[in-house]
Amino acid sequence: MYKYIIRRLLIFIPMLFVLTIFVFGLIQAAPGDPITGKNFDPNIDPEVFERQKEALGLNDPIHVQYWNWVTKVMQGDFGESYIFKGRDVSELIGERIGNTFYLGIFTLFITIIVSIPIGIYSAKKPYSILDYGATTFGFFGLAVPNFFFGLVAIYVFSIKLGWLPSQGSVSSPGLTGIELFLDKLQHLILPGLTLGLAGTASYMRFMRSEVLDVLASDYIRTARAKGMTNRSVLYKHTLRNAMIPIITLLGFEVGILLSGAVITEGVFQYPGIGTLFLSSIGNRDYPVIMAINLMLGFFILLGNLLADIFYSIVDPRIRYD
Amino acid sequence: MELKQQEAMDTNIEVPIKPDKGNSPFRIALKRFLKNKLAVIGVFVLLGIILAVTFAPLLTEHSPTKSNLLLIERPPSEDHPLGNDSSGRDNLSRLLYGGRISLIVGFSAMIFTLIIGVTLGSIAGYYGGKIDAIIMRAADMMLVLPFLVLCLTIVAILERVNVGIFVAIIAITSWPNLTRIIRGTYLSLREQEFVLGAKAIGASDFRIIFKHFIPNAIGPIVVNATLMMATYIIIESGLSFIGFGIPQPTPTWGNMISEAQSLRILRNSPEAWIPPGLAILTTVLCINFIGDGLRDAFDPKSNRR
Repeated sequence: MYKYIIRRLLIFIPMLFVLTIFVFGLIQAAPGDPITGKNFDPNIDPEVFERQKEALGLNDPIHVQYWNWVTKVMQGDFGESYIFKGRDVSELIGERIGNTFYLGIFTLFITIIVSIPIGIYSAKKPYSILDYGATTFGFFGLAVPNFFFGLVAIYVFSIKLGWLPSQGSVSSPGLTGIELFLDKLQHLILPGLTLGLAGTASYMRFMRSEVLDVLASDYIRTARAKGMTNRSVLYKHTLRNAMIPIITLLGFEVGILLSGAVITEGVFQYPGIGTLFLSSIGNRDYPVIMAINLMLGFFILLGNLLADIFYSIVDPRIRYD
Repeated sequence: MELKQQEAMDTNIEVPIKPDKGNSPFRIALKRFLKNKLAVIGVFVLLGIILAVTFAPLLTEHSPTKSNLLLIERPPSEDHPLGNDSSGRDNLSRLLYGGRISLIVGFSAMIFTLIIGVTLGSIAGYYGGKIDAIIMRAADMMLVLPFLVLCLTIVAILERVNVGIFVAIIAITSWPNLTRIIRGTYLSLREQEFVLGAKAIGASDFRIIFKHFIPNAIGPIVVNATLMMATYIIIESGLSFIGFGIPQPTPTWGNMISEAQSLRILRNSPEAWIPPGLAILTTVLCINFIGDGLRDAFDPKSNRR
């Protein structure tokens, strides 16, 4: 098992190399650069631009630039942002990654506590009213674009009802302790629901079909035949087996949450990695774009690895070596 | 039956002989599909939407791109049933013409992805070996980054995007999933005897792929193509919403909703941004129903339905 994990971790290295070379190459192929593109001011001597470009290393050949970037990243230095003058990329990411992390955890929490019980109930009583309701919700949840759902949520809960804040991650900077926690939680509800909608819908459908499949299997019939109560058949035998594929999916959820966060955070002006990514793309802040791409790639690979590891933990029949 | 035929032949009278229905796989699939009510409703509603956006000029006389400074953010009136947007353009005509762009983007991105995915998947699955390894490693690479992030990065770098470029970006970033599915199907087909038979009578690789492999893999191809189109419509609207998709003034449903990023429009003119949202929802819902119907129709295991 350990050997397997180490081997998988080693494969990360070439994959991340290819990924960063790809993004780096794309950036180089782009017309213009951040100096001449954004801060163009006819009063400034072109020589100043030249000096600035030289200082940022933008005049070096591509492979030299790439190698400089890689060696710095190895030392934990992602460079300086072009737009936020004098601020390190790691600093910019550092102050926002917490927010995205909270959003992700909160979304996952809602997704699980809503979808799994409903999925189980639907399978227990198929074709009941609640089952039809859940199926309908599932279809809508998968078809509605999450930014549109977010806007409707803001319209209803922030504007019409005034229950929840529509943007940001805290309402005033002075809060501490339990007040700060509750305030942050309030700001998480709408983005969390929006980000979790599609996931909730698909997990619910998945859970339903999984439980139905297990309920139809022979060992469940045996369990019933030996006189177990419905309750213990469901909780002891069915759920444990039905959960196996769901737990695996959670590993892949990392990538889905991270990419969904880009648009959802945009809708709610939530100060996380997603909004940072959007603004850096708008400003062509290449060091930040590179760093975020690298980071997302790493987390997604890690999520996929976790999925495989979970799989072997919950299902002892699966062994990696 | 046979007797009747015999008689007919004897007397030289033409008796219409009904072809054996239900034997061709396509007919079985069609029958199953038509039994699925949601899928059939989906087909009809989607056809309605397609007709509405195709004949947009007959339904509204306003131009979707002409701004009128006097009508900025006007509430609905008799002449403009859905009001006007922040540049004074008619929302109803933008909804109809925007639907054209959204559907065209979704459809053509799907076709392009199909071309790339089927070609690469066929090559990888049919030939195997080194070329297979190269294609599949490339696919793994592309799957490291979430599709949306990759799209955004490319859009950011290109700066100027139009419908054609946008479609190309989607196709270039999203082929790996389809390629994997097709390769998987081919790997099992490759071992079957009719392929050996085709090779033995000297059929070319091209002929074997087109005449034997693709028809056998048509189920997963069609189902995935349908669901891909729904995803692309959502992706297009999402990217246009955050301002990195099809640029203004070209109307798309996503572009229309992006007006609601201004809190004033969000609060005061729900008639401007809710209809395009519902249009996306309805279209995607229909396509998903059709996709589900097709999946059940093509799946030989779904007899229980």
